[in-house]
Amino acid sequence: MLQAILDHYNYWIAIFLMMVGFYTVVARSNLIKKLVGLNIFQTSVFLLYISMGKVTGGTAPILDDRFSIYSNPIPHVLILTAIVVGVATTALGLALVVRIRESYSTIEEDELNLADGET
Amino acid sequence: MSGLIADLTHHLPALQVVVPLVAAPLCLLAGRAWLAWIIAFAASASATVTATILAYLTFHNGAISYHMGGWAPPWGIEYVVDTANAFILMLVSAISTVVLAYSPASVAREIRPGSQHLFYCMFILCLTGLLGITVTGDAFNVFVFLEISSLSSYALIAMGGQRKALTAAFQYLIMGTIGATFFLIGVGLLYMMTGTLNMADMQARIPSLQDSRPVLAAFAFITVGLALKAALFPLHLWLPNAYAFAPSAVSAFMAATATKVSLYVLLRFTFTIFGAKFAFLNLPLHWVLLVPAVIAMFAGSFSAIFQRDIKRMLAYSSIAQIGYITLGISLASSAGIAAALIHIFNHGLMKAALFCAIGCIFYRIGTTRIEQMAGLGRQMPWTTTAIVVAGLSLLGVPLTAGFISKWYLVQAALQADLWWLVVLVVLSSMLALVYIWRLVEAMYFKEPPPGRGAVAEAPLSMLVPTLLLAGANIYFGIDTRVPVAMSESAATLLLRGQM
Repeated sequence: MLQAILDHYNYWIAIFLMMVGFYTVVARSNLIKKLVGLNIFQTSVFLLYISMGKVTGGTAPILDDRFSIYSNPIPHVLILTAIVVGVATTALGLALVVRIRESYSTIEEDELNLADGET
Repeated sequence: MSGLIADLTHHLPALQVVVPLVAAPLCLLAGRAWLAWIIAFAASASATVTATILAYLTFHNGAISYHMGGWAPPWGIEYVVDTANAFILMLVSAISTVVLAYSPASVAREIRPGSQHLFYCMFILCLTGLLGITVTGDAFNVFVFLEISSLSSYALIAMGGQRKALTAAFQYLIMGTIGATFFLIGVGLLYMMTGTLNMADMQARIPSLQDSRPVLAAFAFITVGLALKAALFPLHLWLPNAYAFAPSAVSAFMAATATKVSLYVLLRFTFTIFGAKFAFLNLPLHWVLLVPAVIAMFAGSFSAIFQRDIKRMLAYSSIAQIGYITLGISLASSAGIAAALIHIFNHGLMKAALFCAIGCIFYRIGTTRIEQMAGLGRQMPWTTTAIVVAGLSLLGVPLTAGFISKWYLVQAALQADLWWLVVLVVLSSMLALVYIWRLVEAMYFKEPPPGRGAVAEAPLSMLVPTLLLAGANIYFGIDTRVPVAMSESAATLLLRGQM
């Protein structure tokens, strides 16, 4: 049992981070903290992909006569794209938070709901 | 010359996405609203022509496979056009073109002068994303285009005039990103098990992995992620505010296309990649989709009845209509999928017409509250006629497109021996009658509110596209050949060799 957990430690880390991020998104009312949670959530998926591409005993995928086993580079390349998407999402999210702060003078979700309810 | 045409025809699947993609930065560089509009409109019109040619070619000659950059699949990215996605491509690009034709006056009224060209830039980028999702045959490519369309739609919604648009966009950003990340997890798990990202290649490898837990988990993540993007009850919370506070043109475009494209991806993954046997016999997808669909039909319509804001009312109505589409998918029969696709098309027409007409009213009176719309029937006769026609189509009155949808849906339910579903479909349509009637009553049978001066009819540049969309609701209610033939061919294709 313990061995099974240790053998798949990369998945446990990914799942732990995923839940931490998801919980932060749901439970925090501060919009910046929500975005941080969202980032952790996305990063956990990046780790899932990156660790997936590792082949036991494999080296970096650069052709060389001395090596015959290479790690799979495709998940790594895929996640480069996903990282760019994540950066864009964070940037857009933060830009929205700035605009929300300008028009509401707060970035706490409960206060925003209160303000929206009154107008 | 004929060589050039042959070359162009060969590259049509790529051009479908590349033309709007290139147009987006050009709109940004244009810097002026009118120039950006010309670029966006030209790109969207060319996408419509491309989609129509592709639909014609695939309907008569079968599916087209395009190898991006000349790399053969499954290594390279493959674009596959068949009748199922050619139909969606046609809908998305045609709605985009009509809404763009409608938008200059509306945008001039609703968006700050300095950022109007950015509006067109984001709009055409959103179109690029939606077309890309539809045309690609590569699972990871779907994610990339999904995020292109999502990110641009967050920005578009935030451009709405009221400050609530900002919180609506933020809420959508959070929920949309979670949905897209779920989809990404699903694709990752599939890649882990199959070692491929090409949809056709995945399809060939999944049957031998049916019982492996990562494939089951992948299916769950992908279904939930897409249901979030498609706003299937109870994952619809982002939708009402997003549609209510977005600029009018954005509401019309997104209500008609964005959720539909997610539903198409759901169809593609469920039937083409995982297979109907896996989803409906090994797993209870029938009930997983049917129960939320029925709840959505009633909860969406009930909520719509109590809205004071008409855009919000239409947004809730969209949730109910997505319920009908999902209901068709849940039947997993050829008739059910055809009904779902027909309703995707027809609902696109009616919601685009309704949101455009409401945009016309907003242009004149500056609000979308129902009490302010009293007496508009005499002052804006053409706009209100468009609302009535599209409203009748929403109810499913004969000789409108909505009737065709309901007819095929009811037939599919009867074919599956689910007569009680027929009762539920008819009952929930009655609820639509209630909220459409509220609007008609306000417009035609109430005196204008005191203090509102004379209201003129909307400018022709907005009115003509609105009436065109309303007219399409009648046209496709009488001449049903194109949507029905395309949908039935697509349904056969999606279910080929299954069940």
